[in-house]
Amino acid sequence: MTTPTATARISSKKQTLEDAYSPPANFLEIDVSDPQTHGVAKKRYTDYEVRMKTNLPVFKLKESGVRRRYSDFEWLRNELERDSKIVVPPLPGKAFKRQLPFRGDDGLFEDEFIEDRRKGLEQFVNKVAGHPLAQNEKCLHMFLQEPVIDKNYVPGKIRTT
Amino acid sequence: MSFFGFGQSADVNIVLDGQENRRTAEIKTEDGKREKYYLYFDGETVSGNVNIALKKKGSKLEHQGIKIEFIGQIELYYDRGNHHEFTSLVKELVRPGELTHDVSLNFEFSQVEKPYESYTGANVRLRYFLRVTIVKRLSDVVKEQDIVVHTLSQYPELNSSIKMEVGIEDCLHIEFEYNKSKYHLKDVIVGKIYFLLVRIKIKHMELQVIKRETTGTGPNTFNENETIAKYEIMDGAPVRGESIPIRLFLSGYELTPTMKDINKKFSVRYYLNLVLVDEEERRYFKQQEITIFRRADKVRKNYQAALSHHNPSLLSDGGGSGKSQYQNTEEDKSKEADGETVNNDEGIKGMI
Repeated sequence: MTTPTATARISSKKQTLEDAYSPPANFLEIDVSDPQTHGVAKKRYTDYEVRMKTNLPVFKLKESGVRRRYSDFEWLRNELERDSKIVVPPLPGKAFKRQLPFRGDDGLFEDEFIEDRRKGLEQFVNKVAGHPLAQNEKCLHMFLQEPVIDKNYVPGKIRTT
Repeated sequence: MSFFGFGQSADVNIVLDGQENRRTAEIKTEDGKREKYYLYFDGETVSGNVNIALKKKGSKLEHQGIKIEFIGQIELYYDRGNHHEFTSLVKELVRPGELTHDVSLNFEFSQVEKPYESYTGANVRLRYFLRVTIVKRLSDVVKEQDIVVHTLSQYPELNSSIKMEVGIEDCLHIEFEYNKSKYHLKDVIVGKIYFLLVRIKIKHMELQVIKRETTGTGPNTFNENETIAKYEIMDGAPVRGESIPIRLFLSGYELTPTMKDINKKFSVRYYLNLVLVDEEERRYFKQQEITIFRRADKVRKNYQAALSHHNPSLLSDGGGSGKSQYQNTEEDKSKEADGETVNNDEGIKGMI
């Protein structure tokens, strides 16, 4: 009933060797690693290194490394919820219970907890940074590539040239 | 039906003419069951006999008239009380009187117009049927017999391909092409997806056929979407310059012809939905309407010949169901229809 010509492929441009074998244009890797706890006793906090490698033109730096703590991730999440149109993925838990006194263990600074949190933060930031509608938010770029987050910044979109 | 009173006093049976030569077609009933009814086309005469058998031999059946109607109607499920009859013909078979013995009454609705195709959907149903009524004092005896109507279209003279470049600025640019804009029910969709820019991490790509049934008008419009087919066309991450072929055989799916604004009551339209899924399960899609039509096939021509020339070779050889050797019931090859809702979808906008 259907002749060979009726179902034959539509012809298309042949892919150049350069396109076929070049590194893909979607390279984006973010690692959250190296947890360090700073300060003493009640004034302690943990931060992590957020290292990004990419070839996406929207990011100014193709490689960057900054240190961020949990509250910085919360800040980013809130900015994105307010300004971008994306459904922002959840962060790993805030762990209020671990901040209470009289625990048998080290609370927020337990190795296992820090490792779980690290994994959750890594998942979060990769998910968010890969979202086309989050990629032109100033807050994301500042979070990933500025050494210090300026909380008094003017929110907005990155203008692509 | 006479459920009250004294129960059925007579058995009524409608026997259509030419059954041995006539094809049947399957159609779903409201509760999802599949039924086979005789298949008619627009302009064909609907004729036959009404056989009435008295339950008790020797008894009498007093009546106020026996009539037969040919009805084409649209039933909206949310508005049960109102059946919209777009075709209604009636023939009086017997004047008021008495039936004293079994009878076989001949009827003919000559060259009846059947403008629309029979359709059973999620919220609406279009059906054609014969209804015999024996009018009685307390309660009528009613018997209905459905038929199925198919509407045939000529192969379109103009059937341009669909070719478009779409994308999300700086993230994903693709050019998609489908070989036609109008496909018949057993057609093949041949196409390709060409990647111009890929800055997202694509996991796979699929092509879906979506059926949209629209009922109601204005503010009361209701759309029911059903994913009739889901077909993965690519697994893995493409790069710039790659072409992904599409070849989708429609005969494997449960489709109907496109129905536009039928009697101003409902529409059934079909869309091709191209969906790309990235590694974070984000979905990027582009919907494109296609027209589906029912093509006249060769079998019908033979059937027409049989009617006019009484060619004995086209009659069945006795035994079994007595149906014609050309009977072609549409088999149930449906796949699971998935009515999914997707969150966080990015529609890929058309790019200039």
